[in-house]
Amino acid sequence: MLRDITIGQYYQTESVIHKLDPRVKIGGTLIYIISLFLFENVWGYLLAALFLGLVIKLSHVPFRFMVRGMRAILFLLLLTLVFNLFLTPGEALITFWKLKITKEGIIMAVRMALRLSFLIIGSSIMTLTTTPNNLTDGMEKMMGPLKIFKVPVHEVAMMMSIALRFIPILMEETDKIMKAQIARGADFESGGLIKRAKSLVPLLVPLFISAFRRANDLAMAMEARCYRGGEGRTKMKPLVYKRRDYLSYLVIVGYLAGKIVLGIYL
Amino acid sequence: MTLIVDHVNYIYDPDSPLAHKALDDICLTIPDGQFIGIIGHTGSGKSTLVQHLNGLVTATEGHIYFDGEDIYDKDFDKKKLRSQVGLVFQYPEHQLFEIDVFSDVCFGPKNLGLERKEVELRSYEALRQVGFPDELFYQSPFDLSGGQKRRVAIAGVLAMKPKVLILDEPTAGLDPQGREEILGLIKRLQKETGITIILVSHSMEDVAEYVERIIVMNKGKVMYDDVPKEVFKHHKELEEVGLAAPQVTYIMEALREKGLAVSKEATTVEEATEEILRAFASK
Repeated sequence: MLRDITIGQYYQTESVIHKLDPRVKIGGTLIYIISLFLFENVWGYLLAALFLGLVIKLSHVPFRFMVRGMRAILFLLLLTLVFNLFLTPGEALITFWKLKITKEGIIMAVRMALRLSFLIIGSSIMTLTTTPNNLTDGMEKMMGPLKIFKVPVHEVAMMMSIALRFIPILMEETDKIMKAQIARGADFESGGLIKRAKSLVPLLVPLFISAFRRANDLAMAMEARCYRGGEGRTKMKPLVYKRRDYLSYLVIVGYLAGKIVLGIYL
Repeated sequence: MTLIVDHVNYIYDPDSPLAHKALDDICLTIPDGQFIGIIGHTGSGKSTLVQHLNGLVTATEGHIYFDGEDIYDKDFDKKKLRSQVGLVFQYPEHQLFEIDVFSDVCFGPKNLGLERKEVELRSYEALRQVGFPDELFYQSPFDLSGGQKRRVAIAGVLAMKPKVLILDEPTAGLDPQGREEILGLIKRLQKETGITIILVSHSMEDVAEYVERIIVMNKGKVMYDDVPKEVFKHHKELEEVGLAAPQVTYIMEALREKGLAVSKEATTVEEATEEILRAFASK
């Protein structure tokens, strides 16, 4: 029932992208997102699409998995499309009643839709090809310098990895609770807003109780293993850059440079 | 109220790398009033199978008929099916949510749209049927012991007056005494009300003594479907798939090897005692 949510989901397969250091993927995703907002011309978008296509091809993750992630933001996408289409001032093409579609509006809407889709697909490649543990490992390492400013980097990373780890567990739990209540005649689908909100009570109460119980158990298990925060803690698999990681950095920087060059000279 | 499972296939997570066949061409007939045990190792598909029976999971292929009607028909009332085929899940924690035991049991019948009086009457009856003590009716369900929680969960489904009651691992996580109590309760329920009961378990010990028919599941397929005696004759094959016949079967086997003329038929402790006594008497 809740299988459509792909955020934070990992797709297991063998590929170059999977093997990359998480720091490369995080950095690369950031650069890619920034690049989307840098220059606006057709060639720039083409390059971005090409780069994205290449990475998707290399990642061996079926394209429909990324599209599935898009479903969650479909509403947002449509909303931006509609607003841009009707509310951008400029040369009117079609007018009915008080609404008019302008040429600028169409261009703007297409741009926004492309940007948003690229952004979502780009970042979902990162989560699809990196295990949550690896991801937070990478973040911890990247945020390392912040420790000088007394930012609890390790704790933040630990909280994130726990939160990510718990998403699938809690989803599965939700599924089971839902089934148990449907078996007792609960109806989560019909009725007005208030009735629907009310119908969630039999779902949320057991879910919260179980979440608290799990959190409690986890805290206990961590204590039992003498967890005392990041101070002096070593890693079993420390992150080390390899040749392919340096190469990927080069490719990413090359892409960014290409985008800038295209933006300035075309 | 016969349930017929007709060539049902179910593929889990169809378009992902984790796709696998959870049910493989299952055909079963479940007549009225039978007490059935479904046994299988973890991942054998037994839970998936019972979730098909009340329409919680829809088969990838095949049909299920309840009382002659195809439950996958567009105009089939799934809600009615769920009130007729009651399913109690493994963990009572997944369904208890109300402030007190009584209101929690009322949830099921209330969803059927019954009058308040009828709802309360049924809930009271159900709680009595599972032997739940009156003085705990207005306790929070979360403060109860594991065994009591399970009783409340069973009552919550019984209050809907199902014709078929399915219990998914009702004894998981209980101590031996709690286990015996719950199983005894289920047996009594079946005798008193005559409803069909399907008991899902991974332990032969659990079901051998109580059920009249055993369905052994392995890797999504029905491996055996027979009376306990017949199924236990295959104890070697059962071991191969990670199951075991009840201990009694092994004792009888060992006795036979030592030259005591006991029959293979005994499956419960009582039967075995009788059989051994008889064998010694005739010696």
